Amino acid sequence: MSVLVWVEQTKSGPVASSWEVLGKGRQLADALGTQLVAAVIGGETAKTAEEATKYGADEVLTLTDGALADYRLSAYAAALTQAVGAAGATVVLAAGTTRGREVTAMVAAQLGAGLAPDAIDLKVDGGKLVAVRSVYSNNILADIVYSSAVQVASVRPRSFPMPEAGAAKGAVKAVAPNLGAVAEQIVEVRSTDTGEVSLTDASKIVSGGRGVAQDPAKGFALITELAGVLGAAVGASRAAVDAGYIPYKYQVGQTGKTVKPDLYIAAGISGAIQHLAGMGGSKVIVAINKDAEAPIFEKASYGIVGDLYEVVPALTTEFKKRIG
Amino acid sequence: MKVVVLIKQTPDTAELPKVSADDVRAGKVKATMVINPWDEYAAEEAIQLGDRFDFDSVAISMGSPEAVEALKHALAMGVGAAALVDNTALTGGDLFTTADALAAAIAAQGAVDLVLCGKQSVDDNGGAVYAGVAVKLGWPLVTGVTKIVDVANGRITVERLVEGGQEVLSVPLPAVVSVGKEINDPRYPSFMGIRKASKANIPATAAASLGVASGAGRTSWTNVRKPEERKSKVVMIDGASAQEKAAKLADALIAEKVI
Ligand SMILES: Cc1cc2nc3c(=O)[nH]c(=O)nc-3n(C[C@H](O)[C@H](O)[C@H](O)COP(=O)(O)OP(=O)(O)OC[C@H]3O[C@@H](n4cnc5c(N)ncnc54)[C@H](O)[C@@H]3O)c2cc1C
Ligand SMILES: Nc1ncnc2c1ncn2[C@@H]1O[C@H](COP(=O)(O)O)[C@@H](O)[C@H]1O
Repeated sequence: MSVLVWVEQTKSGPVASSWEVLGKGRQLADALGTQLVAAVIGGETAKTAEEATKYGADEVLTLTDGALADYRLSAYAAALTQAVGAAGATVVLAAGTTRGREVTAMVAAQLGAGLAPDAIDLKVDGGKLVAVRSVYSNNILADIVYSSAVQVASVRPRSFPMPEAGAAKGAVKAVAPNLGAVAEQIVEVRSTDTGEVSLTDASKIVSGGRGVAQDPAKGFALITELAGVLGAAVGASRAAVDAGYIPYKYQVGQTGKTVKPDLYIAAGISGAIQHLAGMGGSKVIVAINKDAEAPIFEKASYGIVGDLYEVVPALTTEFKKRIG
Repeated sequence: MKVVVLIKQTPDTAELPKVSADDVRAGKVKATMVINPWDEYAAEEAIQLGDRFDFDSVAISMGSPEAVEALKHALAMGVGAAALVDNTALTGGDLFTTADALAAAIAAQGAVDLVLCGKQSVDDNGGAVYAGVAVKLGWPLVTGVTKIVDVANGRITVERLVEGGQEVLSVPLPAVVSVGKEINDPRYPSFMGIRKASKANIPATAAASLGVASGAGRTSWTNVRKPEERKSKVVMIDGASAQEKAAKLADALIAEKVI
């Protein structure tokens, strides 16, 4: 028996939300009285494995192979399934990134295990895992209980705090990957990594909506400037995306990303149900809207009635004064 | 060649906030039911594959007999045929039960080259059923596809988006593909399409006759509840000028320690 966490890495290093899951994994392993094992998969694994030993893993399994240098679902699912066997894991967890969600789904399907996709909380009850899911687009919560021996969950980023790094303790053990035939051929990989904060990992987000219609380029430039001062990610409503003001990857909501920052600033966004579905879990919501009757104010913690072209740059100035 | 598009009937997104925990527990939500918005992109792509590569298309849904309305939407858009897996008598299932039933229904279609799915359902929000379908059929899976580049020589080449990058992949057919919303602009059903769909014969098969038994779920939902409402009442920041309001807000946010 053990709790196994896949520590995902990309070309730029380990994925931060994996540490959140590893931190929670420590608590679950303690509650279950079992070991916490981390799995690192890739063409190179040493650096991430070493880091994993500092975040509480009792053991780190590395699955290293040139064929794993580029991410491919079938190969990564095979490797993680192998790690589950090597660790004798009964609980298998990963961060609910695009990759984490598909890999855990494949591993659960292959092992005949139960799956809780995109869980927002995890606990132990009677020696079994219980995963809390937010379903019906964040309008219903449900506890997922497992009847299978192996229990798999992916975890929505920012569901758990980042653990403190401590002294390295776990041992690193190499497992030779046995990948079989890999179905996917990579034709081309284009990096779109511009170094900006990813929406789902962001602790602060500044979003713009159709309220920028008068001069969309200027509106989003002002929003981006405020985000820059705050170290925040930029987001958008669907209306802003559909109008072509900003690409789809910035969309927050029902058919965009679900986000959970400490601070969400909505500028020129009315607060439609489908937008709220994606950001309603934010800790503090600030609404800037020129219409005092806009529904967003009902969900906001702070509201400013005003023109975003004036309020957003004024906020940039004020924050610059206070935080440099 | 043949493409199956998996269509789920889900509540109208505008009515999701009204869905009650009791309804979810009972498995019968009181809401206007529509085609899962993500699945419209899959249906549109299936139709376009018909034009581009001469695919025949079939829409398959598992649900109650009323779910034929979602299939009719796909037919009205231009999908060639439809079939329902009736789950009325199926209890105690989970997402993998759905996947097993859908995989069996796909297999029953004879030679299928491609299965298209939406990104996720707006009620279950799993983004997982297609993984179960792919594993059950033993076919490769590619998720989040934003463009089908080509279908040739027994392979499909697609573009997909992942965090931090865009990749072009090719996998052998048959394969399972889930699509993202960048892939196309789903058409509205035409008047003629709606008329044709209303007369279509949509065969229904009970899940049990596809070999899927009740009580086979590996997980179940308990303690179904509404999330806590945000209690905090909004604090409106007043001031004579934008500067004054901004200054007050900045102070408040710093006091809240979110900055
Ligand atoms: C199936 C489905 C899925 C959807 N998914 C999503 C989703 O994922 N995300 C999403 O956001 N929406 C989604 N929507 C759309 C949603 O219903 C709304 O249409 C959308 O959120 C509205 O965007 P908005 O608030 O920017 O625009 P509007 O509703 O037009 O609001 C613009 C706001 O800006 C204010 N404003 C105008 N000018 C200014 C100014 N100068 N200064 C300050 N304020 C100003 C106005 O008072 C208004 O409140 C979905 C809809 C459907 C049917
Ligand atoms: N009951 C169902 N009938 C047909 N297709 C389904 C069903 N459930 C899920 N799907 C397909 O699988 C995708 C992902 O659903 P989910 O895993 O529930 O988020 C959907 O977009 C559909 O294409």
